[in-house]
Amino acid sequence: MNGIPSPMHSVRAMAELDDREVRRGLRRKAASITAAVAPFGVVFGAAAADASLSLVEAIGFSVFVFGGSSQFAAVEVLGDGGGVAAAALAGLLLNVRSLAFGVIMAPALVGAIWKRAALSQLMIDEATAVGTEPTDLAHRRYGYLAGGLGVFAVWNITTIIGFVVASEADDLITDLGLDVAGPAAFLALLWPRLAQAQQLVTAVVGGAIAVALVPLAPAGVPILASMFGVLAIRFVPRSSPEDTIGAVHGE
Amino acid sequence: MSDAAIVLVVLALGTYAMKAAGPLVLGSRPLPTRLQSLVDLLPAALLASLALVSTVGEGRALVADARLVGLVVAGVALWKRAPFVVVIVAASAGTAVARLL
Repeated sequence: MNGIPSPMHSVRAMAELDDREVRRGLRRKAASITAAVAPFGVVFGAAAADASLSLVEAIGFSVFVFGGSSQFAAVEVLGDGGGVAAAALAGLLLNVRSLAFGVIMAPALVGAIWKRAALSQLMIDEATAVGTEPTDLAHRRYGYLAGGLGVFAVWNITTIIGFVVASEADDLITDLGLDVAGPAAFLALLWPRLAQAQQLVTAVVGGAIAVALVPLAPAGVPILASMFGVLAIRFVPRSSPEDTIGAVHGE
Repeated sequence: MSDAAIVLVVLALGTYAMKAAGPLVLGSRPLPTRLQSLVDLLPAALLASLALVSTVGEGRALVADARLVGLVVAGVALWKRAPFVVVIVAASAGTAVARLL
């Protein structure tokens, strides 16, 4: 590794030690990312209860959609009376980014087709963030699995907790101001992106379009129309192609 | 089927298709530049509109109420680099206090 010649067996021993060290580091990173997801899961569970979903439906979202912000968006639009099409479309648009994650992670996710098919369900920001940290493919796969499985477990458990707590306590949601937890969570997810000029302009213009349309269009439409905010970057200088990974790592 | 169940099925299938496109179909071939920039930027537009509309929207009316106070508190907490839990708790507290006043 550092170019110092040494007997073959000790090189291998060092490589093994290094391997264990790298894996431990990845598990640690996955654990901290997983812990950070927990409160968000609780907020999603509460939002699902607030939008009068059943517990089974809420869990269904967390198992089968498994994409934090998109689940949230769909439930939020439904709760506002935005209708089925607008809710599904808002969620889908937020998940278009998993296309890019898939392309980034594909070289590390090899094997039989059923294995790749199963691994794909974990294609979320957190799994990609841990999985793109190491350079070699075996460790990338390990990091992706550690991040993905950790978040999957915690996300589903906290969804249930949030749902149960929120449905027990009806008035508590407004009394404790928890109805702002959703908007605050969206803002928190948006925040790391705002450091980049193109992202900032897109967010400001997209947000302005949506707010302007609230009095004019049916619920759900303002959210969908905000996607035209992307067109505003024609007026902003281009930034580097590393943007996706930067956004994944929340930098 | 309830509305939520229909959204669940459509969103789950569509999301899975996008998650699996890379590992199952595209491999590591890079996305076309146009699509890549769309992919990078779409979440910013949607997250901003969701944060704002669910704060100031009330049906078809625009209102500035206690939720807006909470969102501003969230912004300040994020600016101070507070962790996610603190952001949510501070925002909720801000809204709750504003309702009492």
